[in-house]
Amino acid sequence: MKKTLLQIENLHVTVDDKEILKGISLQIEPGKIYALMGPNGSGKSTMSYTIAGHPKYHVTKGKILFEGKDITDAKPDERAQKGLFLSFQYPKSIPGVSVANFLRAAYKAVKKQDIRVLDFQKKLREKMELLHIPREFMERSVNEGFSGGEKKKMEMLQAMMLEPKVIIMDETDSGLDVDALRVVGESAKKLLTKDTAVVLITHYFRILEYLTPHVVYVLKDGNVVASGGAPLAEQIEANGFEGLGEEAPKLKNKTLPKKKSGNPFLVLD
Amino acid sequence: MAHAFDQNRKNPIKAFQNIDRSRFDERNEEKAVKSSNLGVNEAVVRMISSEKNEPQWMLEKRLEALKVFEKTKMPKFGPDISKLNLHEICYYRRADEVSNAKTWEEVPEDIKNTFEKLGIPEAERKVLAGVGAQYESENVYHKLRQEWVEQGVIFEDMDVAVQKYPELVKEYFMTKCVPIRDHKFAALHGAVWSGGTFLYIPKGVNVTMPLQAYFRMNASRGGQFEHTLIIAEEGSQAHYIEGCSAPQYGMSSLHAGCVEVFVKKGARFRYSSVENWSKNTYNLNTKRAIADEDAIMEWVGGNLGSGVTMLYPCTILKGNRSRADHLSIAFAGEGQFQDTGAKVIHIGKETKSKVLSKGISKDGGHANYRGLLRIFPQAEGSQASVNCDNLILDERSFSCADPIMEIHEDSAEVSHEAKIGSISEDELFYAMSRGLSEQEATAMIVQGFIEPIVKELPLEYAVELNRLIELEMENVS
Repeated sequence: MKKTLLQIENLHVTVDDKEILKGISLQIEPGKIYALMGPNGSGKSTMSYTIAGHPKYHVTKGKILFEGKDITDAKPDERAQKGLFLSFQYPKSIPGVSVANFLRAAYKAVKKQDIRVLDFQKKLREKMELLHIPREFMERSVNEGFSGGEKKKMEMLQAMMLEPKVIIMDETDSGLDVDALRVVGESAKKLLTKDTAVVLITHYFRILEYLTPHVVYVLKDGNVVASGGAPLAEQIEANGFEGLGEEAPKLKNKTLPKKKSGNPFLVLD
Repeated sequence: MAHAFDQNRKNPIKAFQNIDRSRFDERNEEKAVKSSNLGVNEAVVRMISSEKNEPQWMLEKRLEALKVFEKTKMPKFGPDISKLNLHEICYYRRADEVSNAKTWEEVPEDIKNTFEKLGIPEAERKVLAGVGAQYESENVYHKLRQEWVEQGVIFEDMDVAVQKYPELVKEYFMTKCVPIRDHKFAALHGAVWSGGTFLYIPKGVNVTMPLQAYFRMNASRGGQFEHTLIIAEEGSQAHYIEGCSAPQYGMSSLHAGCVEVFVKKGARFRYSSVENWSKNTYNLNTKRAIADEDAIMEWVGGNLGSGVTMLYPCTILKGNRSRADHLSIAFAGEGQFQDTGAKVIHIGKETKSKVLSKGISKDGGHANYRGLLRIFPQAEGSQASVNCDNLILDERSFSCADPIMEIHEDSAEVSHEAKIGSISEDELFYAMSRGLSEQEATAMIVQGFIEPIVKELPLEYAVELNRLIELEMENVS
């Protein structure tokens, strides 16, 4: 029986003296894709920052467990080293630090072992090719002067290099052109194995063209108000959050994205 | 460039023949203090000059400088240097006098640890720490490639140059560049200067390898009053590197050196230095260059150590179309006050200057930018930019920018940017979310901050500088 990767128990989170999460409980199991949905202000990003350990987000009640170990008070680097990865909605730039140097330092920290420069560069080049990131980006400062799409691809590059157990993708599909969406989607699929899990926080549903979630959680006002399988996602796309909450997302009348394989209920090949 | 440096690292410096080795002998500290050599006065100045067997004109210059020193007041700006007691400093050690040198055991642990972590070769450590009586090594100063010797390049100890090239020295030494009247410490320097480097590049000669003085073997003087005089004749090109990023544990509490550079018409000169004097010192250096028509002067520097530093490299853009580039980094940790910056004076037409200064303060340190940009009337079409950027790493530390701009020419284009800030929580979190500890993330962000300047330093300095930053971050309180 595989260990639950991430267990959130009755999580209450306060930011700037305001309670945003009001008792969230959910489980992330290996081998599955999760979608976290909800209207603006429902607490989706708060969830992702809290799980990653941002100092501004205070857990006032409840627990976060990673593979059975309590990480509620753990530092962000400890969580990353355990196998947690957050693809940021708004990735930060680090001037003067090259992508290659940054990734190599991260690799050493997370994998807890050194890697020969040549081996590392080979691996890095492979992943960059998969993501259609031009080679010269290796020497550029992390995220400095990158377009929105390039930043999101950079997040995926990091995930692919670090090979985490839980990948949380916070609105990674926003701001991507068609090609970028495709490579991001394909990469996310590759990150999913029987031992890992992918958590998609999405507002525009575009990433669901590539990954069909096993489990959908719907957040509203800091609570999980509904959960279900992939059909729930389809329902929300069609009808918004009515019945589950008030507002519908902007794209209420958008037609369902075309699935890339015949069966909408299975994980894509 | 890098491999030239490697060669030098493997062939350590041999002492100059006239350097006093006796200071390495063990000696009772008390006895030395009671020596009659404390303070500066006519007797001391005469003794210095006679020990060196100097020509009359140099002695006269020293004596004149002494008079100016005694009359001039202390500077009214900058950090508090009231604790610097000029009367208790030994300005010169006689050849026959035994000094209060240290044994390796007396060298502070943190200095030893830094050497260890920087991988400084054993022999070099002792020199840097002012220890090591039996140190024999080759003289790197005078290791000049034959082709340049043949072309007339002179790279010599300053004391020796006074004897060997008196006409040149007389014309240029503290005359038009840093005159003895410039300020109190320039006058002091003029009176008691000793040792240093004389570099002369003849017309049209391009010295492609950087000329280096990796660490100064100015044993007996502790490198406190070195004079570096550089003359780059028309159309010549060279790069000179001085200093050492490893901490130098000094004997003396005062370093009042002087660097004078003459960049003649169409010549190009780069002066790189990294200084890391021990924290018990006052570093009051004066560095200045005069650029003639179409000349280019570049200053690249890092200032990491000393207790109090007042350092404002200056370029006078005298000739039309001359250019100056000032790149500097200052790091101020606990108990350190770095008051540094740049002075650029535009006199000629269409002159250009660029100043990029980065400061970092931590653990209560002060890293201040103090600069002057002065554009004279008729410096038509000149362009200048000043960019000072300071990073404060914790709530205890300080940073202040005092950039003065005096623009007297309407057609001049001037841009200025000053930033003071701390590492954003979000940036730190982002790096930590990739597995880096807070120390590692901070070190990385700081290294990125200084990268635009570090990349202009020779490779070995860059590597050491980055390593030093990492070590500093490991001492996060």
